[in-house]
Amino acid sequence: MKKKSSTLSIVVAVFFTLISIVYVMPIVEVLINSFKLNSFVNTETFALPTKESYAGFSNYIKGMTFGNYPFLKSAFFSAYITITSTALIIICTSMAAWYIVRVNSLVSKIVYYLCVFSMIVPFQMVMFTLSGTADRLKLNTPYLIPIVYLGFGAGLAVFMFSGFVKGIPLEIEEAAVIDGCNPLAIFFRVELAMLKPTLVSVGILEVMWIWNDYLLPYLVLDRTMYMTIPIHIQYLKGSYGSVDMGATMAIIMMSILPIIILYLFCQKYIIKGVAAGAVKG
Amino acid sequence: MKKKNKSDGTSLNSILIRRPIKRCFPIFILPTLLAFSVGFVWPFIQGIYLSFCKFTIVSDAKWVGLSNYKKAFMDASFKHAFWYTALFAIASILFINVIAFFVAYALTQKIPGSNLYRTVFFMPNLIGGIVLGYIWSMIFDGILSKYGTFLTAKASYGFWGLLILMCWQQVGYMMIIYIAGLQGVSEDMMEAAKIDGANRWQTLFRVTIPNVMPSITICIFLTLTNSFKLFDQNLALTGGMPTLFGDDGTMINSTEMLALNIYKTFYTSAKSRGIAQAKAVVFFILVAVMALIQLRFTRKKEVQQ
Repeated sequence: MKKKSSTLSIVVAVFFTLISIVYVMPIVEVLINSFKLNSFVNTETFALPTKESYAGFSNYIKGMTFGNYPFLKSAFFSAYITITSTALIIICTSMAAWYIVRVNSLVSKIVYYLCVFSMIVPFQMVMFTLSGTADRLKLNTPYLIPIVYLGFGAGLAVFMFSGFVKGIPLEIEEAAVIDGCNPLAIFFRVELAMLKPTLVSVGILEVMWIWNDYLLPYLVLDRTMYMTIPIHIQYLKGSYGSVDMGATMAIIMMSILPIIILYLFCQKYIIKGVAAGAVKG
Repeated sequence: MKKKNKSDGTSLNSILIRRPIKRCFPIFILPTLLAFSVGFVWPFIQGIYLSFCKFTIVSDAKWVGLSNYKKAFMDASFKHAFWYTALFAIASILFINVIAFFVAYALTQKIPGSNLYRTVFFMPNLIGGIVLGYIWSMIFDGILSKYGTFLTAKASYGFWGLLILMCWQQVGYMMIIYIAGLQGVSEDMMEAAKIDGANRWQTLFRVTIPNVMPSITICIFLTLTNSFKLFDQNLALTGGMPTLFGDDGTMINSTEMLALNIYKTFYTSAKSRGIAQAKAVVFFILVAVMALIQLRFTRKKEVQQ
């Protein structure tokens, strides 16, 4: 009986290895095609680069300035917006969640239920009015768009944080009050330390959302001046009649490589964070 | 010091802590509240209001009552987008959940290297929808060019293409949830089933699946709402192409889903913005109803356990 199950597990392992190879093929394809000359991408998509189709790094060099907008500029804006928005969301919503749970007044209840409600509203519902509001308040630059992200992303973050704060014993904070701590000190010295796992989960969820988000920055940002990576890629593919496929693949490769490397280093946290968000949201 | 006791004995606040925090209202909650008003509450209220108006920009709105909603429901492309989305949702619920469940089931059977497979299967989740769409449009075009055709030549190519793309992306995600659920099934129960003489399949269908029902409910609703809210992948893979022309001059983008239909109604012509906003409200109600049904289902399950 035991022997049978061990041969079975080897068969399953071989099967999954094959599936895994198939699974990563799309990304390998992008890598292969990013080294091919444009005319060969469509005709010989699945062949390895040959002597005549090999383009070297020319696609990457071309991709840097492709479409009259430097790729590094949109990469910078993407990174900048993602980091500042995530930091802002984590700090502001964790503070708000603590206030909501601990004060428990009518105002805080209303805010909490509004946050829960906002989680079920699809972006299409507010996209037109949100971009109009952001325009009027001059939030249409990468430096102020974090406020828009904080506003639209507050729901899930507040919900997750308050769920966690409810599980933290009050006695610790009461002890801090008796020891003479003011609320700010309690929050930053005591509360944040205990919230750390949730901070990581929420942070990962927000980073993945904002880094990949297309529609919100596309509608809110002034597109003639600021692009993020998804906007850049859509702009290249969408508005050019004959697209240089080789260069596009090079750009796609450059945009997914940082995430994949990051993922390989901290996949444990990423998977945990995503699972936590899924079960609660 | 008197504590307000809740039913479970632990309290969430006391006077001692509430007073000093309350004084810090501007620091703790005001930034989030302001941003939330700007980023959600105000646009939402304005969105509801504008759905009853004719407008091209927010300031020239004129009240027209329910006529936007009437036009939205008469719109053939909107109806098509709804049925297309519904069909796609059913297909993706079936495919994604069945595949994800069996992958998760196999990976929890102590096979060598299961962590590596998990890492690989989850990876596509990190890639944004726009990029995913273009990666797969290159691959599908590469395959179809061998048969002298291309992805946007037929609506069915776009449908199956999007389904393959979504499976590739979401199977890993749902797998993680199923694995968490499967690991929660107690060993004792499995052992009891074995002692009672149940074979592998009987154990799976009579013991394992009933015990991971909460995970199954979550995953079904996640795939359902994900399909309904799908936008980036739809835009990047086919963009709604190919377009069909009706006899009466109507245009229907055959692979266009609800979110993309609303987006195009908003931004291809400024005249139909009122109708687009009405469609968006209908869309919101649809998604909200799904969320409420999900809430009821998951609550019920919690009581049973």
